[in-house]
Amino acid sequence: MDLRTHYLGIELKNPLVPSASPLSRSLDTAKQLEDAGASAIVMYSLFEEELRRNGGPRYVDIGHTEARSYIPDYQQDQGELERHLEQLQRLKSSLAIPVIASLNGVSLDGWVENGKLLAEAGADALELNAYFIAADLEQSASEVEQRYLALLSELRRVVSIPITMKLSPYFSSLGNMVNALEANGANGVALFNRFYQPDIDIDSLQIASRLQLSHSGDHLLAMRWIAILHGRTRLSLAATSGVHTAEDAVKMVLAGADVVHLCSTLLLHGPRELAQILEGMERWLEASPYESLEQCKGVMSQRQSRDPGAFERTNYVQLLGGYTVSKEGWR
Amino acid sequence: MKQQFLTIDGNEAAATIAHLANEVIAIYPITPASPMGEHADEWSSQGRRNLWGTVPKIIEMQSEGGAAGAIHGALQTGALTTTFTASQGLLLMIPNMYKIAGELTPTVFHVATRSLATHALSIFGDHADIMAARSTGFAFLGACSVQEAFDMALIAQAATLESRIPFVHFFDGFRTSHEVAKVEEVNKETVRAMINDELITAHRRRALNPEHPVLRGSSQNPDLYFQAREAINPYYASTSAIVQQCMDRFAALTGRPYHLFDYVGADDAERIIVMMGSGAETAHETVEHLNAQGERVGVIKVRLFRPFDSAALIKALPATVKAIAVLDRTKEPGADGEPLYKDVITGIAQSFANGTAPLSMPRIIGGRYGLSSKEFTPGMVKAIFDELKKPQSKNSFTVGIDDDVSHTSLVWDSTFRTQASLKHNCAIFYGLGSDGTVSANKNTIKIIGEHTELHAQGFFVYDSKKSGAITVSHLRFGPEPIRSTYLIGDDSAHFIGCHQPVFLERYDMLDKAALGATFLLNTTASPDKAWNILPRRMQQQIIDKQVKFFIIDAYRVAEEAGLGRRINTIMQTCHFAISNLLPKEQAIAAIKHAVEVSYGRKGQQLIEINFRAIDSAIANLHQVTVPTTVTSNFERPAPVAVNAPEFVQRVTAAMLADRGDTIPVSAIAADGTWPLGTASFEKRNLALEIPAWDEDLCIHCGKCPFVCPHGVIRSKVFDPALAADAPPTFKHAPVKGKEFPEGWHITYQVAPEDCTGCGLCFDICPVKDKENPGRRALNMVPQSPLRVSERQNWEFFLTLPEFDRREVKTSLMKSAMVLQPLFEFSGACSGCGETPYLKLASQLFGDRMVVANATGCSSIYGGNLPTTPWAKNNEGRGPAWSNSLFEDNAEFGLGMRLSIDKQREFASELLHVLRDEIGSEQVEALLNADQSSEAGIHDQRERVAELRALLKTIDKSEARQLESIADQLVLKSVWIIGGDGWAYDIGFGGLDHVLASGRDVNILVLDTEVYSNTGGQTSKATPRGAVAKFSAGGKPTAKKDLAMIAMSYENVYVAQVAYAAKDVHTLKAFMEAESYPGVSIIIAYAPCIAWGNDLGQNHQMQDLAVRSGHWPLLRYDPRRTAIGENPLQLDSKAPSIDYREFTGNEVRFSMLWRSHPEVAENLLDESRREAWSRYHHYEQLAGLPFDQPPEEKK
Repeated sequence: MDLRTHYLGIELKNPLVPSASPLSRSLDTAKQLEDAGASAIVMYSLFEEELRRNGGPRYVDIGHTEARSYIPDYQQDQGELERHLEQLQRLKSSLAIPVIASLNGVSLDGWVENGKLLAEAGADALELNAYFIAADLEQSASEVEQRYLALLSELRRVVSIPITMKLSPYFSSLGNMVNALEANGANGVALFNRFYQPDIDIDSLQIASRLQLSHSGDHLLAMRWIAILHGRTRLSLAATSGVHTAEDAVKMVLAGADVVHLCSTLLLHGPRELAQILEGMERWLEASPYESLEQCKGVMSQRQSRDPGAFERTNYVQLLGGYTVSKEGWR
Repeated sequence: MKQQFLTIDGNEAAATIAHLANEVIAIYPITPASPMGEHADEWSSQGRRNLWGTVPKIIEMQSEGGAAGAIHGALQTGALTTTFTASQGLLLMIPNMYKIAGELTPTVFHVATRSLATHALSIFGDHADIMAARSTGFAFLGACSVQEAFDMALIAQAATLESRIPFVHFFDGFRTSHEVAKVEEVNKETVRAMINDELITAHRRRALNPEHPVLRGSSQNPDLYFQAREAINPYYASTSAIVQQCMDRFAALTGRPYHLFDYVGADDAERIIVMMGSGAETAHETVEHLNAQGERVGVIKVRLFRPFDSAALIKALPATVKAIAVLDRTKEPGADGEPLYKDVITGIAQSFANGTAPLSMPRIIGGRYGLSSKEFTPGMVKAIFDELKKPQSKNSFTVGIDDDVSHTSLVWDSTFRTQASLKHNCAIFYGLGSDGTVSANKNTIKIIGEHTELHAQGFFVYDSKKSGAITVSHLRFGPEPIRSTYLIGDDSAHFIGCHQPVFLERYDMLDKAALGATFLLNTTASPDKAWNILPRRMQQQIIDKQVKFFIIDAYRVAEEAGLGRRINTIMQTCHFAISNLLPKEQAIAAIKHAVEVSYGRKGQQLIEINFRAIDSAIANLHQVTVPTTVTSNFERPAPVAVNAPEFVQRVTAAMLADRGDTIPVSAIAADGTWPLGTASFEKRNLALEIPAWDEDLCIHCGKCPFVCPHGVIRSKVFDPALAADAPPTFKHAPVKGKEFPEGWHITYQVAPEDCTGCGLCFDICPVKDKENPGRRALNMVPQSPLRVSERQNWEFFLTLPEFDRREVKTSLMKSAMVLQPLFEFSGACSGCGETPYLKLASQLFGDRMVVANATGCSSIYGGNLPTTPWAKNNEGRGPAWSNSLFEDNAEFGLGMRLSIDKQREFASELLHVLRDEIGSEQVEALLNADQSSEAGIHDQRERVAELRALLKTIDKSEARQLESIADQLVLKSVWIIGGDGWAYDIGFGGLDHVLASGRDVNILVLDTEVYSNTGGQTSKATPRGAVAKFSAGGKPTAKKDLAMIAMSYENVYVAQVAYAAKDVHTLKAFMEAESYPGVSIIIAYAPCIAWGNDLGQNHQMQDLAVRSGHWPLLRYDPRRTAIGENPLQLDSKAPSIDYREFTGNEVRFSMLWRSHPEVAENLLDESRREAWSRYHHYEQLAGLPFDQPPEEKK
């Protein structure tokens, strides 16, 4: 079956692209992903905070007569950036599929330089993940947007490889923002970033931070927006968050996604899960009236949909109005 | 070829050669030699290759004895093999050294010399270790400096291959091993040229090989052994010539000539000092100075100590010599002279006896100096030369101390300075161990070394404490090679940097300032206020010595530049800006270049931040205008309170004030005995924040005093009438709970000046303020505003009576925690995971504890002077503590048990003998006393007191005997305490034997899963996947299950505890272990700074370890079998979080993900599996029905 797709100007053999995760920290698991059929891979993110943290002076001396230090000094000799670049080069040299580097941060300081280094190290594209919580009540929406745009255009200035922006859903006017990104040189957007949400432990009355993996079903938000954007922007569209099954992935393509990112399901079930999803997509395509995936891409987008209102407010009104209490009563 | 200069220390110099010229390196950590092993491990892990293009194989062994065995085996099978050690480590190698030498096996052991443990352990440098090994048959080649450690390491390597005699290459621990100096590199080409590959082939040809087998290590009989011993003579006879040839070849290659004995001094010298090691450099400097003043003196530096070539010595002596002082850096009690002295005197006497002496017989005296790195200064050298002038020079003298008992000591002029030393530019820096001062200074030395023709030397004096440790850096720069192997003295420093304002209170820093010196202070005070924060004496010194006074608010500059609290680069910049070592612009450029080199590809961002800090440092550096008169109205506070006991005032205070060198011999007990409780007099005021108790919120759970690593939070329950005269801010509240008398009050009081501010009390507090859940019943608040009032409250608290031990319900945490800790204010790391266990034991059993403490962290924070945290209660009772060695602690403790049991048995026998005099009823009461409770013990103590009174009236020898051992009728609790390095590795054989002994001892293993004290080397307790020194690539093997091993004896009480994961479980385990009438072992999880995490996370780390299954909590109590129950109780639940959650939280594991992600992932998988299967296995064992064995079939 022809599952080929185009993403950021790169032809991919299928739309399944593992997103940034610890799986690319190991060549072994990265290779397993490739073997399972991944068409490209987004490398784990280079975090701004890690660079800052690792950049502090290394104190060889801890001030006691018998111990110069407690952790082997030589372990720290390599900086995070250096390690990251090396791993990128290793991934590039051992994988045949494209490798997309990911930058995760919010400040301008140093990012342009880092992006350049990632491009030089052989990244096929850059994903810029501006993980920014607009918690400053004095900051306006346009100021927040400006941060993204400034970061993007700075980066665009120095790298020639494609850049995709991974966005959160928290924009007043997402479509407009996507347009602005396009105008500032982006080649794609990935929808949506999942912010790890702090939780409250009600017994200890403490904030509990823990990794929460996505669930199948969480993909609907991204699906809606991809459906809205498809055909109305020249940017490549990547669907991310909550894709766990072949069905989820097919839906994303039908909505208009050029690629579908996978993460939580691979962390839960291992790299081979990708092969299962791929197989499921192939089976669906075979049974479907379409000859290629490219053909069915976006057929359920808002633009092509017979019911464009379903992606907007009307849908909501209908749903609420139609809700009835189950016959079995309250659960 | 142009010579390359390096700035390295002696350890790195020696290790460089060792790594280059060997194939197998067997190591074991011991101060001060550990860094050599660490370097070798580092280089091999980075793939650095030796001379022949292969990466040397490194193995860490379980002890130095084990290392020596492995070396012997490796040598016997043909590998070029080496090791690094010191002190007791060398002693443990001695049996193998005899073997290695006896079999004529070439090898070099590199030794950073260190004192031996005698009346006390000392990690510092002297020659006791090499002297103890001098009869092994090894050759001993000594280096006097960092350069020589480089050079002699190679000369030894070349000579051993040629002579077949194994070598010890030694240099002075700390003074040379840790001194950073600018040296000429001994490059690979030189090493290549010095090592003859044919000799290596010959070594391999002699190896054991089944292709052409031979037998070695036979057992010989009277007919043969003696001849065989003499068969080696020709090899020894030729060794000194071989060494000299190697030295000559080396000189041709490098231009640095050496001789077996190098003479420095006047050709017509009459007075000569003979010595070896770093002190010879000071003697060299002094000799040149004195000769320039018209004296005729000289020094002989002994290079090859064994084989001792008397002829070469005689040849080196000028014929004019009339008097010789031979200096030994060791003491051989009972001998009529120390080893080098006797060798010299024998050699010279022999030359007269056989008529070869080219000179007239000189007077020869011997003396001791520099034990345990005691300072050896030009003034002392001069005093020795002066002594040699006297017709009746003092023999067996000492220099460097005030021996007012045996009057051996020479008097020296401490103000004497050599011309050479006056040419040095000297700088001293006072910093915290953690603020990067030492790193910055090493960097400064490197910059000067690389950018100028100047020679440079750095020596770093560290604290005996681990928390809030201070480091004093001594830096010298000068146009000539620096031979000053002593600290910068009073009135000698041209620059003094004080990196922490709190040191103004603690040290007389300006004593060191030379006339016109510069003083740089890091302070928040503005230029117009800075003068007034100085104590009076300091102000006077600034005026008198015309000191230029500069200040900078380095923390603000760091914060603003984005460096957080890292001030080292800023202080370094200021030093360069005002010291004129380099033109300012050049210096700044050099610092910036160093920043670029060290941050490299870590990103432009960091480089920019540092550049900003450097520029801002210059802009924020201010010179303070010094008034002409002293204006300050305060002096530096006394080191201890005025009400401290006389001994503390006289001895401890002197040590605390850095005046320990002036303490005379008479002030110290000759047998190493010291009083307890001295840590309480040392008010260190380390905490920026201390806990404040909210008596309204508190539920009196007792968790905060339980977890406090430093024993600074205390609770007492008392009659509130006693608080009538309490200071106004003293807090107390009616105590909750029926276990206390009605109407009584409880207080939780902090010792504000002893707290380290770790915040773990706040962390553990379970109470939340309903209105503000961030607030608890204890909250961290700034210390300084509370210092005075809380000090008064603490003093008042101490006057409140202790709660009656008989009434304490030790099964309840809140109740147990009113027991007085007899382990308080240790110098352990802030937030230490070990000390709460010791404190707990001291609370529960301290008044009857005898402690055998293995060498390690616990012996250092427990017994490293000047103070000890082990303390006495108001009745004068407390833990009696001792440290024997590292390897023998279990046996040491068992010996204590046997001794106490024997004396108790004898006392019982004497009671029977004296039954008529004492009274039958009293004898039976004494013999059959139930001492299973505090009340029982109390009653028995009263009986013993009555017995003592009665015995005084009995005029029988048995009564005298019984008087001396009657104490043993009261129960004694023997505790064998140590870390995992001891229990899992070096002491495991002994531990196993004690486990099997069935004796009533309590073993406490403080399991930090790493050798903590020596700097974080791997032990067999280190978990799989953790990164530690000697496991740079992550430990590939699993942690040893010590609990399972102990349980296999079936009659041993075993508990595995983690106090912050389940506190009552720990409490219960301690009570059960102590009450068990046989061997008990508690394996206690103890988070450590060596794991790389902030110890503020201590509790969380314990919790995750237990919940992930890494550390199952369990108790195995053999007593349960008697009631038909399974002895094993598994006290923690099955793993409830993924193992990744546990390891991901700790730097020791997570750093492997960065360096070797795939290895980390694989090791994690294995560990996860292990954790599950171990838990499952324990669960199965604990779940087995426990049936009594069948009766014997009749």
